Amino acid sequence: MASLLRSLIVLLIVQSFLVAIAFGSNEVEEFSEALLLKPLPDRKVLAHFHFENRAPPSNSHGRHHHLFPKAISQLVQKFRVKEMELSFTQGRWNHEHWGGFDPLSSMNAKPVGVELWAVFDVPQSQVDTSWKNLTHALSGLFCASINFLESSTSYAAPTWGFGPNSDKLRYGSLPREAVCTENLTPWLKLLPCRDKDGISALMNRPSVYRGFYHSQRLHLSTVESGQEGLGSGIVLEQTLTVVLQPETTSVESNMHPSWSLSSLFGRKVVGRCVLAKSSNVYLQLEGLLGHELKNVDKEIEAHELWKNAEFELSLKPERVLRESSSFLFIFDIDKSSDSEPFDLGLTWKLPSKWSCQQAPLHASRFLMGSGNERGAIAILLKATESQEKLSGRDLTNGHCTIKANIFQIFPWYIKVYYHSLQIFVDQQQTTDSEVLKKINVSPSTDKVSSGMMEMMLELPCEVKSVAISIEYDKGFLHIDEYPPDANQGFDIPSALISFPNHHASLDFQEELSKSPLLSSFKEKSLVRSYTEVLLVPLTTPDFSMPYNVITITCTIFALYFGSLLNVLRRRIGEEERFLKSQGKKTGGLKQLLSRITAKIRGRPIEEQSSSESPAAQSSVLSSKLIFKIILVAGAAAAWQYFSTDK
Amino acid sequence: MAEDQKKKLCRFWIWALSSVAFRLILISFPGNLNLSSRPEVSTPLTSIRRLAEGYWLKQASMSPYAGSMYHGSPLLLSILGPLTVQRIKGQPSHLLCSLVFVIADILSAMLLRGIGQKLQMAYGLNARLLGFLKSSRDKVILPCGDIAALVYLWNPFTIVSCVGLSTSPIENLAVILALCGAVTRRVPLAAFGLVIATHLSLYPATLTIPIIFLLGYGLDAPPIKLFLQTRSVEKEETSTSTVSKQAKLKQTTHLPFLWKTVAHFLFWVLLWSLYVLVLSALSLNKHGGLEEMFKRTYGFILSIEDLSPNIGVFWYFFAEVFDFFRNFFLIVFHVNILFMLLPLAIRLKHRPCFLAFIYLAISSILKSYPSVGDSALYLSLWALFVNELIDMKFSFFLFCGYLGISLLSPVMHNLWIWRGTGNANFYFGNAIGYACFQIVFVVESVSAMLNHDRALKRSNSNHREVKS
Repeated sequence: MASLLRSLIVLLIVQSFLVAIAFGSNEVEEFSEALLLKPLPDRKVLAHFHFENRAPPSNSHGRHHHLFPKAISQLVQKFRVKEMELSFTQGRWNHEHWGGFDPLSSMNAKPVGVELWAVFDVPQSQVDTSWKNLTHALSGLFCASINFLESSTSYAAPTWGFGPNSDKLRYGSLPREAVCTENLTPWLKLLPCRDKDGISALMNRPSVYRGFYHSQRLHLSTVESGQEGLGSGIVLEQTLTVVLQPETTSVESNMHPSWSLSSLFGRKVVGRCVLAKSSNVYLQLEGLLGHELKNVDKEIEAHELWKNAEFELSLKPERVLRESSSFLFIFDIDKSSDSEPFDLGLTWKLPSKWSCQQAPLHASRFLMGSGNERGAIAILLKATESQEKLSGRDLTNGHCTIKANIFQIFPWYIKVYYHSLQIFVDQQQTTDSEVLKKINVSPSTDKVSSGMMEMMLELPCEVKSVAISIEYDKGFLHIDEYPPDANQGFDIPSALISFPNHHASLDFQEELSKSPLLSSFKEKSLVRSYTEVLLVPLTTPDFSMPYNVITITCTIFALYFGSLLNVLRRRIGEEERFLKSQGKKTGGLKQLLSRITAKIRGRPIEEQSSSESPAAQSSVLSSKLIFKIILVAGAAAAWQYFSTDK
Repeated sequence: MAEDQKKKLCRFWIWALSSVAFRLILISFPGNLNLSSRPEVSTPLTSIRRLAEGYWLKQASMSPYAGSMYHGSPLLLSILGPLTVQRIKGQPSHLLCSLVFVIADILSAMLLRGIGQKLQMAYGLNARLLGFLKSSRDKVILPCGDIAALVYLWNPFTIVSCVGLSTSPIENLAVILALCGAVTRRVPLAAFGLVIATHLSLYPATLTIPIIFLLGYGLDAPPIKLFLQTRSVEKEETSTSTVSKQAKLKQTTHLPFLWKTVAHFLFWVLLWSLYVLVLSALSLNKHGGLEEMFKRTYGFILSIEDLSPNIGVFWYFFAEVFDFFRNFFLIVFHVNILFMLLPLAIRLKHRPCFLAFIYLAISSILKSYPSVGDSALYLSLWALFVNELIDMKFSFFLFCGYLGISLLSPVMHNLWIWRGTGNANFYFGNAIGYACFQIVFVVESVSAMLNHDRALKRSNSNHREVKS
């Protein structure tokens, strides 16, 4: 036993030495895993997996990594990505019940489908190229059609309406992308333990995809080292947020269902990922206990809280942290083993009710109008109940104001009339300058680029509702531009509403750097919410008609050209006279010939009278005709010769 | 006689004023009519909504052509743009624009009347010169100017495009201004009208040929041969020497072509187009300049980028045609307009006004984005030739056709776009029908005019025979 321990220690020392050599610095790559569980007011349970992988700044020659995924570091090096976020989402985040004002929702409530944004560290002129290459690389890496974001009609360059302010930012989203296990598997491959060990072993595919909402996110940012000769470090943050419905067995309808990890995921945690620096499980309980336990001493809380009259946890937490309205139970999964797996459970004893903190305004978006010619998009911002409680109000000139940024991309086939923008505050139409502080519009160009609108609204705090409407015409596409299921309609990507004066953060007032999850909660994040994706049906042409349309239209042209030329050419009296005089003297064949020649010349000979005999005339004509034929044939032969020569 | 004339004049003014009143009534409640979004009325080039969008973009210090919305002239934007945002309280939003269009319509009608009076005088003069239609038949000459003006004012197409806030009344005014200038031999005016009309919608560029003929040869007249024949008959009566007659003939087989006037005209065209280009460049100098303007206006017209339905046939054709052949068909269709210019010019060079009418009709059939406003223009020009085209065939059939199409078109559009019970073929079928009727109309008009000349010739030769 002792020898084993000794050899292990030696191994560890050697390993750390090797690592230190490889990176030329004392910092090592770190990986940490965490799982946050949170019961939601509507009887669902939120599970938030959080993995963080840090590669310290290294010199540019050392491109070998110990833990950090090579694919990602190559991506960063090749395309000079400064910051990037990619998310795959299925389902809609319920802002009312699942919260809209905490770091969890502001970072993980993502629009349906794929969303990608990236900031590049290249000259302005190369940003688009880098973006295109990046989409292709990611598309291959994650088995998704991210490469559709390559075309300039599907991405935009937000200036200030989207979170980070940068002119090298590109943003694109694919609302219709179906997200499934083929996207999760490559995402898991980036983790050092994959889903074989540690917390990620919980990700049983059927139970993850059975949920009401799941969003897998990959966020990477580069950290400048500040030292000469060293490259930049990379922080890779991977999160998976799922909202699950525990199976309820209780008879009482107002009881929250009890659950455990094994009932939610069908699996248990049998041990930590050995490569992880820290691996914790957190349970966050919001709001509900405040009134009961206000007077209780903190020390007592930590020991007694996990088993009380209202609920009971199956395991004793290591520590309990408290924020203003919520409790955080921390569990360490180090102790679990094959024989004694970690299976956290929560059993409710009493019916309880609580609510989540919400964003100052609840945003929704809908279409107005009927028919396939035109319509209007309306964005409705409604005041939420929690609005009064919120801090972060901006008191300018003695008025309390809420600032809201709206960022919206319009595909080019939605032809928006920006002059028709109307803003209604509390159902009263306002002139633009009252609430609209700033607007930036880049209109779409047909088949070339998509349109983008950024608005900054400054609303009085006591506002009840704000409606923004903008009219559009529906475009008509070429048949090749319709997708195979053209009659389903086209999606308008979600609008993003962010509140620049409101920042969400959860500060549990302990251990600053120990847990990456908690420190990421502590950072102030912008409160933002995405609206629904809109489905716009567009008129379709008849896809089976191209040949008919071509032939019919060409027939019309023939009718026009032929009949008009015929009218112009015709000389009724003279023609008749000419034919009569011809008919008297010549035979059938010659008459036909002369008729044809007359037709070709377009102008029958007027004076037939005396000097020339008709036979001579026709022979002269036919020699001319032969000459013409030879000329045309020669031209054709020459053409043929030269065209085949090339 | 004079009293009768006065009565007629009085009746004309009553009708004209009542049409203006009718328009004013209609524009006072345009919200309910919703004509401005009809595809028959407003095309991507003439829609006032797009113009308002262009103006908004310009006010927001962007190029008015950003965003594939506005494709019209920058000058029109400067004139009409401010009117789209100005609102009078309690009045419909685009009242000021509508008033501008009503004024444009009235001006067009008055100019048409002026053209018509000139043509009528010329018709009478020629008839007298040729020696028939002596005093007894003088009354038969209809006051074609009044008729054309009333046809223009009361044509439902004109009313709809005026009330429906499309800019085609202004385009029509420019075209009529050019013709009027040429008919009254005011060379700078003709050049101005032509340049503005071309600047606004490109297709009136074809009118250069008729206007040059008008300035070079004079007004519409029967073929020159007839005059020669009558003259020779008269000569024969006096002198029997064949030599002198042939000499005379050789001298006058060609009408004198006034090169000087035409050169003057071309000079003015150059001057005005420079002027227009400089103005456009000034108004666009921050947003891409003239190159951008040509790309977004003429380029948009020629490359048929917008595939939204209209009463032409191109939108569906280019929505369906294979991309590989797109350029080929674009060339073929545009060249079709140019192909017929020369044959028509050769055959109808003695009737330049009629030639102008035919050119306008053809371009309104083969336009990339036609609207009923274009039809309104050529239909009223057609009314200038009521005297000559009195024997036109199929006129009742054509009238019924136009009526049927204009009734069916909204129905088909509704079925397809709004109800979703029909498909694109319904509306396209309608467009095909409309194109066919217009083609028959043009062909029959040309044929009737040529027949009229033939009839003149025949009657002239009969006249001669009677005389000799």
